[in-house]
Amino acid sequence: MKSQRLTIAEQSRLLARGEVSSVELTQACLDRITELDPALNAFITVTPGEALAAAAAADRRRKAGEGGALTGVPMAHKDIFCTRGVTTTCASRMLANFVSPYDATVVERLAAAGMVSVGKTNMDEFAMGSSNETSYFGSVKNPWDADRSPGGSSGGSAAAVAAGLVPMATGTDTGGSVRQPAALCGVTGFKPSYGRISRYGIIAFASSLDQAGVLALTAEDAALVTAPMAGFDARDSTCSPAAVPDYAAGLEASIRGKAIGVPREYFDAGLDPAYAQAVHAALDVYRQMGAEIREVSLPNLALAVPTYYVVCPAEASSNLSRFDGVRFGHRAADVSDLETLYKRSRTEGFGDEVKRRIMTGTYVLSAGYYDAYYLKAQKVRQLISDDLKRCFEQVDMLAGPTTPTTAFLLGAKVDDPVQMYLNDIYTVSVNLAGLPGISIPCGIVAGLPAGLQLVGPQFAEQQVLNFAHLYQKETDWHRRTPLTGASGT
Amino acid sequence: MQWDVVIGLEIHAQLATRSKIFSGASTAYGAEPNTQACLVDLGYPGVLPVLNREAVVMAARFGMAVDATVARRSVFARKNYFYPDLPKGYQISQLELPIVHGGHITLTLDDGSRKRIGITRAHLEEDAGKSLHENMEGKTGIDLNRAGTPLLEIVSEPELSSAKEAVNYMRRIHQLVRYLGISDGNMQEGSFRCDANISIRPGGQRELGTRTELKNLNSFRFIEKAINYEIQRQIDIVEDGGRIVQETRLYDSDKDETRSMRSKEEANDYRYFPDPDLLPVELDDVFLAAVRESMPELPAVKADRFAQQYGLKPADIEVLTAARETADYFEAVVADAVDAKLAANWVSSELGALLNRDNLSISDARVTAAALAAMLKRIQDNTISGKIAKDVLAAMWDEGGDVDSIIAAKGLKQITDSGAIEAAVDKVIEANPEQVEQYRAGKDKVLGFLVGQVMQATKGKANPGQVNQVLRARLNTQE
Repeated sequence: MKSQRLTIAEQSRLLARGEVSSVELTQACLDRITELDPALNAFITVTPGEALAAAAAADRRRKAGEGGALTGVPMAHKDIFCTRGVTTTCASRMLANFVSPYDATVVERLAAAGMVSVGKTNMDEFAMGSSNETSYFGSVKNPWDADRSPGGSSGGSAAAVAAGLVPMATGTDTGGSVRQPAALCGVTGFKPSYGRISRYGIIAFASSLDQAGVLALTAEDAALVTAPMAGFDARDSTCSPAAVPDYAAGLEASIRGKAIGVPREYFDAGLDPAYAQAVHAALDVYRQMGAEIREVSLPNLALAVPTYYVVCPAEASSNLSRFDGVRFGHRAADVSDLETLYKRSRTEGFGDEVKRRIMTGTYVLSAGYYDAYYLKAQKVRQLISDDLKRCFEQVDMLAGPTTPTTAFLLGAKVDDPVQMYLNDIYTVSVNLAGLPGISIPCGIVAGLPAGLQLVGPQFAEQQVLNFAHLYQKETDWHRRTPLTGASGT
Repeated sequence: MQWDVVIGLEIHAQLATRSKIFSGASTAYGAEPNTQACLVDLGYPGVLPVLNREAVVMAARFGMAVDATVARRSVFARKNYFYPDLPKGYQISQLELPIVHGGHITLTLDDGSRKRIGITRAHLEEDAGKSLHENMEGKTGIDLNRAGTPLLEIVSEPELSSAKEAVNYMRRIHQLVRYLGISDGNMQEGSFRCDANISIRPGGQRELGTRTELKNLNSFRFIEKAINYEIQRQIDIVEDGGRIVQETRLYDSDKDETRSMRSKEEANDYRYFPDPDLLPVELDDVFLAAVRESMPELPAVKADRFAQQYGLKPADIEVLTAARETADYFEAVVADAVDAKLAANWVSSELGALLNRDNLSISDARVTAAALAAMLKRIQDNTISGKIAKDVLAAMWDEGGDVDSIIAAKGLKQITDSGAIEAAVDKVIEANPEQVEQYRAGKDKVLGFLVGQVMQATKGKANPGQVNQVLRARLNTQE
């Protein structure tokens, strides 16, 4: 099992030394997908032909002395990224047959860096969900326990990396959709600041919150792949023109004397005590590295989830209007008038959770309710953002649990949206403020991984990766696999 | 009863950018359906809008031209509704923070008085596509070429009090956007159209009556007819004891009537909210100064200058300043050392007639300003008479060629040789003893007849002033 989970850094070294070819690495991924994915359901689409052709091209480039560290390394894309010529479903019946005519910026840039995509991973429908149960293609199983959820919405990506199907997969994080499944599957999930990576070609869920991220085995790998993904893109007005630092180069910087803030509110009643213990143990590791741990406060934390569940459906309700059965996507059969075309196409094409959010979003934007909901939520969003900003006047980094519990049972929360939404309690405020965050494995609680979340100031990606990497040098939680589990490598 | 009419106009001017407001697709008119719609215009999953800077420059130019505030910060908002020609299910527009607000223009009314009309706001937005019903075998087709074309929606205060004033206002705005070079103003192609909000109230009452909105008025003639129809409809209803329903109405130009499109209750709740895909538009001093620098001379300023600098009559000024191209043409003629009044007269009447006849705009005139100036100089130096000049201009227009070669080829050179004129005069005196007798008996009017005879004998080439002079001298001395 261990050999199946080579990191990108390791694969890159093997490729550079000519000890393995990209075709071999890619074929190994494809074989493993064939073997494990029928049970896991982490992939919606696998593209062996395209993958092996890209791998062969990467091998030729390597042989010619061209390419970079990532050339020939296999990976997968969450099925929310548009991929030219390949079905891009967003895990919805609405787009079940949608073949994108163009590549998302992230797809384009990782391909340009030489990475080889083996397919598209499963997710919650339109990224709306925290359990992967809203996918039109069925839920993904947590590799640690097939009865449990891998988290969501990037559950397929997290499960694929955890099970060693690919060393890395892209994800998107609107309220925790990279970090939460990373925590539940025991992998590293990195979400850079809003605006750091172009959203062009990511099927929009909530535009002011959506941000691309990566699910990988280590923070070092996250640094390696985030570098080419990040940076200005003229096709996304909200993408920052700020220069992208060499993330990998900053990984080893000492954190001696740095201050880590731990929000008191993160350890309130909702958090599983055993999970809390794992987080405290992680903080001890930082203490030993010379960091100072300080308690801080996020007084508006309790408002984060309600605020998020106003802003995010509002934007989603509008973003999803384009799925009307007219130009692409699902179109209801045998309709003779326009209204019926809209109603039936959308009724048939969207699942329950998507409909719930469209209705909620439509409601909060309606005349007479806009001020009370949407406008108020925007004000609270500012307060939450200010709270976090104030913390960073005192500390360099925030740390806490990524989720209140480890992976929950499939079906446990699916009928209780509020319980489901509360799973995002520690992650959503980071999106509301547009900050960079990472979840790294920090323990095993009753046989299931727990995640430590680190959050940095805006555009402090380098520091976040640096803090995470140093922790991973001191611990081996990130090397635990679903099979080795609690017993270690 | 005396009724006061209250009208406010919302004008949609298509901005003359080369590409669309949020995508790189071309805005050119008349292409095959859906050939000028890129993925952004089609509202494909995952694509994002990127603001066309030129559209912002144009909106700012308009704001400055109407003495409005050009907002240092304006915000795009989504107007949400479902329609097949609206690919995203929302239109990107501006609601709370438009790019331009608080301006005005001044109208000159028929009685010569002036009236100031407030411009509440002007905001940027994208146009929708078109639904096609012809040749679709009962289905509806969608052409998204127009989707994403930049529009400036110019909203007036409800300060217009007749259909005539509304048309006057619309003509002023039309003139202005063309002067500014921000819209071609082509109403046939839909580049310039308006909606009118109309209400009536008893004379003197302050409180406004219930308004109706007339949609998509796209010619000056229809606007006046439609508004007048609607005013009369409202008066008839109220005078019959009825009540006006707030609704949107459509003008049918074939039947010359308006009919209901949808009532207030059926109106959409557009659920406007700031578009998270676009940053607020922030304009700084440098940007605004650059726009100010690029402003052309505006029609009103130009009209005042034409009066002062050239001493022209108001009627000529009106014609010459109606379009910037006409004014530029006129000034180019004058710049070639042609008398301004002579130039004004020829540009506005003779050239204007030829343009009208051939349905051409002045930029397509078949005689250039330089060529017209050369021709007018031949009037000034007495080479040809004004009457002959009309034929010369017609020849230049129809056949091409410069003024001097046409004069030479057709032998049109004016006779100024006094010997030749005297000989012609003598012949006429000899041939018309009766009229000469009458003149000498004190019937001055006969002189005109005799001049005409001389002109006829010289085929119009004799200098009329000279003919007059010689004839008078001869008639008086031979007594």
